[in-house]
Amino acid sequence: MVAGTAVTASSRFLGQRNRLRIRYLEATVADDADKMNGAEEAPKQQRVKPDPPGYFEGESMTRRRAFTIAAQGLGGVAGAAIVLPAVGFAVAPIFHRGKERWQAVGPVNDFVEDTYRQVVFTETEGIGDAGKTTAYIRKGSPQFDEDPKAFIAVSNRCAHLGCPVRFVEAAGNFICPCHGGVYDFQGKRIGGPPVRPLDQFQTRVSGGQVEVGPRYSVTSQLEPVRARDPGEFTGGIWEYLYPPRPSTFPAP
Amino acid sequence: MPKLRVPKIPDAVVPAPLRKPAKPGAGGEPKGQAPSDLKTSPPERPTHVQRLTDQAKEAPADVLAWVDQRTGGSGFLTGMLYRKVPKGTNWFYTLGSATLFAFIVQAVTGVFLAMFYTPSATQAYASISHINNEVPLGAFVHGMHKWGSSVMVILIFLHMGRTFFFGAYKYPRELNWVIGVVLLILTMTMAFTGYLLPFDQRSFWASIVGININGTGPVVGPYLSDFLRAGPELGATTLSRFYAIHMLLVPGAIIALVGAHLYLVVKLGTTAPPWVRAEKPKVAASVSQLDAGVESNGRGNGAAPRR
Repeated sequence: MVAGTAVTASSRFLGQRNRLRIRYLEATVADDADKMNGAEEAPKQQRVKPDPPGYFEGESMTRRRAFTIAAQGLGGVAGAAIVLPAVGFAVAPIFHRGKERWQAVGPVNDFVEDTYRQVVFTETEGIGDAGKTTAYIRKGSPQFDEDPKAFIAVSNRCAHLGCPVRFVEAAGNFICPCHGGVYDFQGKRIGGPPVRPLDQFQTRVSGGQVEVGPRYSVTSQLEPVRARDPGEFTGGIWEYLYPPRPSTFPAP
Repeated sequence: MPKLRVPKIPDAVVPAPLRKPAKPGAGGEPKGQAPSDLKTSPPERPTHVQRLTDQAKEAPADVLAWVDQRTGGSGFLTGMLYRKVPKGTNWFYTLGSATLFAFIVQAVTGVFLAMFYTPSATQAYASISHINNEVPLGAFVHGMHKWGSSVMVILIFLHMGRTFFFGAYKYPRELNWVIGVVLLILTMTMAFTGYLLPFDQRSFWASIVGININGTGPVVGPYLSDFLRAGPELGATTLSRFYAIHMLLVPGAIIALVGAHLYLVVKLGTTAPPWVRAEKPKVAASVSQLDAGVESNGRGNGAAPRR
């Protein structure tokens, strides 16, 4: 018999003879209760002692054990019903990807090949200025084997720990004020602690306007990969040690 | 150094089980007239005023005794307050209580700051500047919370240093050391999450750097960053997430673990400083020990043997 079956339930399957036997056992229990209340002592020879003690015939565990397991299981289910949704609620943003946003940042003619123009646009909505980010945009240059019709949008987020870098025109370099990271004209690291080149944004031209889209990261050879957070290496084995996150957009 | 005289707490407000017992031989107040005098000069019947005054005097003790009879709290309190401490206990032993006091300051000032603070990315900065510039004593309470956080971190490290250098982490107190380390981590979590809340330039960029440092952990780091930010970028719910962790999740855990920490301190007792050696026993070994032929070996007072 499986755990937790009550006397009445099991008697349905046990046949007439055993049913009588169980009724007899119930009566014995009642007799014992009477005895404790000071009633007449029941004749001893009628008692059937379960063997091993606590087990009734056909049962694989004691009633006490069955109910203990059942109560603990029920408590576990109730606890999981509270904890799992709450934890899921808290970690859900890890698996949620927002809508792809494209924003116009200026007419095509505003951008040239040999220097960057700074644009500010909204990366995260609903938090005012804190949601804005800066990109440096130039036209693609044949000097770097780039499509002359394309536009390059370099993020100002330092690849070390996320401070805002600044393009210094005189030097032709990006320089980070926090820990001294230096990047060349293309955004490749040439000094300081950063672990990879500067991130970039996807670009496209629509109606004479340059538009910037989702962020992506690049390897040290400027090959696009899915966006990584600052401080995380890209390329090679690092693609597995710093796996791509479901909340980011696929690389172009 | 002259000893400070601590004013004695009047016996009227201390329930009988908590009263410090008189030293043997010190006697006590005279118990009143000897019974033999009662026949010749019986005591005068007390007036109503006298009786009421006596009852009023007993009232505080009666109330405490009423509570004590139903909770049994005085046994716990006497055990805790009059427990033995080892010889050599000194001011370094107060660092734990000092850390607890710093936490209480943070909790109290935090509750009142929460009455004026708005955990919204667009309103947080304005609400903090309202607290600092317009709310009476707002800058003071905010300042206590801000500087108090550094005080708590400094004190917790000093407390940890005391425990380490006095060897107080050793058997049987290892579990208390582990709880203490968890409390240290929780305190650092409080400091980290609290830093973003004013939402000024310093908070914003410091939190970005902090979250990115978390993200540099291999494999799980990137997901931890997304969890902390509630998304790929610092967004609208990041601040409320930090606020909930700062004022609900971690304080609850800290209070629970401080309870466990203190329970173990009281249960296991404190250690003597390492320069205090175990004394030779003042009491001779018991008869049963002698009968069994066991040498007391300097352990008659429960102290560890000399090595």
